[in-house]
Amino acid sequence: MDLVRIDENTWEIPKQGEMRVPAVIYASARLLQDIKHDLTLEQARNVACLPGIQRVSYTMPDAHQGYGFPIGGVAAFDLDDGIISPGGVGYDINCGVRLLRTEYTDAEIGPKRKELLAEIFKEVPAGVGKGGVTKLSRSVLKEILAKGAEWAVENDYGTPADLERTEERGRIVDADPESLSDRALERGIPQLGTLGAGNHFLEFQKVVEIFDSDAARTFGIHFEGQVTIMIHCGSRGLGHQVASDYIELMENKFGIAGLPDRELVHAPFRSDLGQRYYRSMCAAVNYAFANRQMIAHWVRDVFARVLGSAQGMDQIYDVCHNVAKLERHRVRDIEKQLCVHRKGATRSFGPGRPEVPAAYRSVGQPVIIPGSMGTASYLLLGTAEAEEKSFSSTAHGAGRIMSRHEALKRFRGERIRDELAGRGIELRSTSWKGVAEEAAAAYKDIDEVVRVSHELGIGRLVAKVAPVGVMKG
Amino acid sequence: MERYRILPHTADGKFQAFGETIEEAFTNAALATASLMWDWTKVEPKVRYAVRVRGRDLEQLLVKFLGEVIYLMETRRFLLAGVSGLKIEQEERSYGIEATFHGDEISERYKIFGGIKAVTYNDMRIEDCDRGVCTIQVVVDM
Repeated sequence: MDLVRIDENTWEIPKQGEMRVPAVIYASARLLQDIKHDLTLEQARNVACLPGIQRVSYTMPDAHQGYGFPIGGVAAFDLDDGIISPGGVGYDINCGVRLLRTEYTDAEIGPKRKELLAEIFKEVPAGVGKGGVTKLSRSVLKEILAKGAEWAVENDYGTPADLERTEERGRIVDADPESLSDRALERGIPQLGTLGAGNHFLEFQKVVEIFDSDAARTFGIHFEGQVTIMIHCGSRGLGHQVASDYIELMENKFGIAGLPDRELVHAPFRSDLGQRYYRSMCAAVNYAFANRQMIAHWVRDVFARVLGSAQGMDQIYDVCHNVAKLERHRVRDIEKQLCVHRKGATRSFGPGRPEVPAAYRSVGQPVIIPGSMGTASYLLLGTAEAEEKSFSSTAHGAGRIMSRHEALKRFRGERIRDELAGRGIELRSTSWKGVAEEAAAAYKDIDEVVRVSHELGIGRLVAKVAPVGVMKG
Repeated sequence: MERYRILPHTADGKFQAFGETIEEAFTNAALATASLMWDWTKVEPKVRYAVRVRGRDLEQLLVKFLGEVIYLMETRRFLLAGVSGLKIEQEERSYGIEATFHGDEISERYKIFGGIKAVTYNDMRIEDCDRGVCTIQVVVDM
């Protein structure tokens, strides 16, 4: 496959064969080495062949092989001639990240670190097969699917200010709870308000470096040592079932002939099935927003109980990194509404966009990029440049480079815990095996990923945070 | 014959399951799926579920069949310990599968060490059984 270097961090697969547009990969030479190890580039090229794709099939710096679309893939489709694809969103619909600020310093919470983590562990269900704390009825679940985080706030989980600082204000109004299967609902009922397992985590962190003090101040980050809280999880089994259901329905309706990869199955956006998937996906997005809203509320409760106050524990922002959204972008000098698929990519709107909360509109949208377990995470800033370069998108995390199998052979969960403890990081998990699988060495270098994002200008560095206490599902 | 083998995969779980017949290979694929989440050999077969699914082809049948292991765990708190009486029937334009799952409810006695989000078509292979060994390869999203 031809791969042309355009500049320091930009590579292009020129349009050839069935491709309708070129594919662009944003990576340094070093990150590209990782990317070349698997089928990421082939997948980016396959995406470029899909009907109605606009401009370019983009790949973010943390990309790795996914199903159908690569993880780290961004593709926008025309609403009239284009498609929507469950494979372009991923199984964990609205997997995302929420970041809260606090008024506490690392020194203040240090002695209470263990207690905080133990209490959070009691409060927030995590791990596989753990039910939520609330037994939902179907009708309440459907209300949650329709209203997302708004439902949670109406039921005293958090405040309206949280909604203001959530992508889509925590609710996509296009959701239709009636287009979900019984199975999806059944899987959603026991899991609301749970963290899940795998790479999902809840961390309290301290600010270790501020790169852009103006933007940081706007987001409520004022000093090094300031404590933040990060929640990384998604729509749980409900979202996974929506993806599986609609892959099956689309296969049965449109067949699989001519697809280079079965997980690229899609439906015209305007078709009945395309619309049903879109509306179900939005419902799963809302479920995940409600989920993170509830978890954030419990974390505030624990801080209030253990430290005496949850004052100033404001939400900085909440981003989704597995989603397809309707957004206005310019293509060949014409602004139009597109269906932007971000699979393992974060929206990165610059200043002035109406979707950015009023309090941040003069600087741009906060972009939250979680590291792997026990490593640094980053707060970035969306840019106007990202609009031109990546349909307003940047990376979403570190991205795996080592299989879970290999990680299990190389690492022991208990040893990782001890090692982190030696560095002042408290770790608790439901599974030591899960901890070994998520070892930092199994992931790409997050520092390099965000450096490339910053250099490209698709998401600029604001602050770096390091974990103090980690709860892993 | 070895029932299944777990293979390396960067982001997720991958395995090959074997059998002298396609039915045996499907049975072992269900056990391989369970093995990524719990030790099925330690689960007591106390409860049973009748499983029936249909698919447009063998691949879709496999995705839906293995999906039952995840679905029953998440919604019925059921941990698979074994599969019996698995039958695959080919009809005009689709396939059907019937089997009985044996296992137990989630409790403190059993350790669950991982979760599977979904069964995917990625790198899926269902090889014919002509030479006496049928091999199935599956990647699951974890």
